[in-house]
Amino acid sequence: MNLTLKVWRQKDARSEGRLETYQAANVLTDMSFLEMLDVVNEDLIAKGQEPIAFDSDCREGICGTCSMMINGVAHGGLRGTTVCQLHMRHFKDGDTIVIEPWRARAFPVLRDLVTDRSAFDRIIQAGGFVSVNTGGTPDANALPVGKMEADRAMDAAACIGCGACVAACKNASAMLFVSAKVSHLASLPQGYVERERRVLNMVKVMDEAGFGNCTVTGSCEAVCPKEISLDFIAQMNREYGKALLRNYTPRAGKGGD
Amino acid sequence: MTLDAKIPGGPLAQKWDQHRFDMKLVNPANKRKFDVIVVGTGLAGASAAASLAELGYGVKAFCYQDSPRRAHSIAAQGGINAAKNYQNDGDSIYRLFYDTIKGGDFRAREANVYRLAQVSVNIIDQCVAQGVPFAREYGGLLANRSFGGAQVSRTFYARGQTGQQLLLGAYQALSRQIGLGKVKMFPRTEIVDIVLVNGHAKGIIARDLVTGAISSHAADAVVLATGGYGNVFYLSTNAKGCNVTATWRACKRGAAFANPCYTQIHPTCIPVSGDHQSKLTLMSESLRNDGRVWVPKKKNDQRAPGEIPEEERDYYLERKYPSFGNLAPRDISSRAAKEVCDEGRGVGPGARGVYLDFADAIKRIGEGAVRERYGNLFDMYEKITGENAYERPMRIYPAVHYTMGGLWVDYNLMSTVPGLFVLGEANFSDHGANRLGASALMQGLADGYFVLPYTIGHYFASEKQVKARPDQAEFKKATVEVEALTRKLLAVNGRRTVNSFHKELGMMMWEKCGMARNQAGLKELLQKIPALREEFWKNVKVAGQDQELNQNLEHAGRVADFLEFAELLVLDALERNESCGGHFRTEYQTDDGEAKRDDEHYAYVAAWQYTGPGQRPALLKEPLVYEEVHMSTRSYK
Repeated sequence: MNLTLKVWRQKDARSEGRLETYQAANVLTDMSFLEMLDVVNEDLIAKGQEPIAFDSDCREGICGTCSMMINGVAHGGLRGTTVCQLHMRHFKDGDTIVIEPWRARAFPVLRDLVTDRSAFDRIIQAGGFVSVNTGGTPDANALPVGKMEADRAMDAAACIGCGACVAACKNASAMLFVSAKVSHLASLPQGYVERERRVLNMVKVMDEAGFGNCTVTGSCEAVCPKEISLDFIAQMNREYGKALLRNYTPRAGKGGD
Repeated sequence: MTLDAKIPGGPLAQKWDQHRFDMKLVNPANKRKFDVIVVGTGLAGASAAASLAELGYGVKAFCYQDSPRRAHSIAAQGGINAAKNYQNDGDSIYRLFYDTIKGGDFRAREANVYRLAQVSVNIIDQCVAQGVPFAREYGGLLANRSFGGAQVSRTFYARGQTGQQLLLGAYQALSRQIGLGKVKMFPRTEIVDIVLVNGHAKGIIARDLVTGAISSHAADAVVLATGGYGNVFYLSTNAKGCNVTATWRACKRGAAFANPCYTQIHPTCIPVSGDHQSKLTLMSESLRNDGRVWVPKKKNDQRAPGEIPEEERDYYLERKYPSFGNLAPRDISSRAAKEVCDEGRGVGPGARGVYLDFADAIKRIGEGAVRERYGNLFDMYEKITGENAYERPMRIYPAVHYTMGGLWVDYNLMSTVPGLFVLGEANFSDHGANRLGASALMQGLADGYFVLPYTIGHYFASEKQVKARPDQAEFKKATVEVEALTRKLLAVNGRRTVNSFHKELGMMMWEKCGMARNQAGLKELLQKIPALREEFWKNVKVAGQDQELNQNLEHAGRVADFLEFAELLVLDALERNESCGGHFRTEYQTDDGEAKRDDEHYAYVAAWQYTGPGQRPALLKEPLVYEEVHMSTRSYK
């Protein structure tokens, strides 16, 4: 099939960007979306033009690196699918496809479709962990964990940190991402101990990074490649409320301890 | 130069305990005076960086990805082995040790493997304490599954995302240390050289992948945890960015490279669909617990799988290896698949595929139970192929997956360059000629959490070194060389893309140095690779500039290194005149087509020392001495 691509091109974080039009010819249905872009890039390089910069790594839907808006939808709109796993059989000959980077103040564009998502790392650094050092831990079976709790924790922990939730949200809210980690760890006895401090610290850094508040419209859940449930945002709100009511004040500016 | 593996004396089971006592310590207050550079943030790198920072060392960690959470350990699906014997099915540290040595076809270092089995139990405790959501039984205790090459259930798992969950555990431990200011993290930063001062590794040269800026970093030791070199084959299950650059450039600075020819082909990957293919996707080996592998008995059978009656199917693994059946080790399963396809009995496009059939499992335990165990793998299969594997068997074919070879390290995980430590897939030490499933995660975390934190202290306490500074002449010289190389790449301005060279190299390596190798093919490669390399430097076209985010330039640097490294891999394969594990030389096989080892002549680690451009590297041999196990012919029949 033959496609028309309108792709966001932006030289660097300081430059202005614009949509450029490219023709993608002889696209095969078995190609992944990124393989289609690879082929376009090979043509551009051969013609002496600059290839389109986009992030990808594992190309099997788990590393969370790939990230682009396709026709305005994060990862292209196939349920539970990252763009690297989206195949061209879902498009048809003659389609025009608009490809843009994640759009959020907290995710500045670095070049073309590549954005800076380090704000997510800073949120985890503020509390998305269990404070145990290496060594000296009890036997793994010393503390039974109910299958339901373990499964719920795993549902939340499946988040790949791609940022699609932020890109889909009209408020650019990161609450699905943050709540997934808060819920994962709060659901397990190992993470239960620090749950109040964790949620307060993570939300604080989330707010400072410039992410907006939850709209409760569920656009995040709809595009999440791991189908993380909106319920976790409710759980985080409960965790946050309880922590506030217990009047615990995190030490200002001291993430991580 | 001779290799000293520094294997401690005493009985095998007590070596590590005794060694931990014998090693010198750095007192807690002095640890903060030592700085360590950790390159790579996969399981080995992240666990090492976090653990070293917890101990009090100053750590700088580097990764090329935009976040340390994205290293390719994340893609490991099936599980992690540990000798917990929670299932009461006869497992023990000794059995895990023995299975690993045997699985590696008696080409691994005995003492390292025993230590790996010993610390495996601590890893599970550590990960559970971090909040890794392993699968559990209704009683609340941990669940296990079985994996290839073992007759016990010792594999711990988190659905089909075990690598992801273990990596996130290590990433979170690392993040905690970053938040505390104990680790300085450099994402989107690639290592382009290792710097030696007075023969000791004292730092690195790095390129900022966003701005293109080159920077120098000095430390008291350098830890490479940069993964394997599977992408030398272009198509592999590795991430697109995986590369040999850090380990190869370390080799060029003096670190010997061991057993590069030991490459693992994973039997259960999704077959290639066309020329545009950019990478291959693995379907976890755990699928072989419930899936049955078969091909039609007839050649060129064009019928749909459902139309082929039971008696016209060849369940060849069950037929040839009745006691292990579909769970035969990876190398054996892969070659068996190649064999039936070579006979013309392959299925799917190009007839390079075999069926992995779940119909019996669905009949036995129900579709729901199969979905519970493997749901995400079936979903992934459907996304890629457009086929529903609950209704028709999956098509699978072997693909390059893991590289057992790597930089040579001693028992302390130190390379032949003092102060340069190598962990995880980047070293050669634990898997011999073939790695068993669910052992890579185990090794990465063993090295990072439980081995390096001890041995690096011993190095600091034994070798009194002067502090290096990044403005020293050695760093300046390396920077000049790196910058010259970049300019050279951009200046060629030829007519062929970087990717076309990578693809051509990969194709020839897969054809002549993949699942089966022979002398003629390897000799041919030793002619073709230098020719391709020469063409690369005359005719490559690299887009863009140096001082900017330039993915094509990144790729060009990596391909340039693959083009050099490939020759070493082939040379090693040619020199090893035997078949063992993942290294199968067609000249050396038994009458029924199994790998035929030559213990008399090849029971050694081949460590290659770089001797200069265009020169034949020097071969150093570390004899493999087995004190405890008896070297037997591997049999899974």
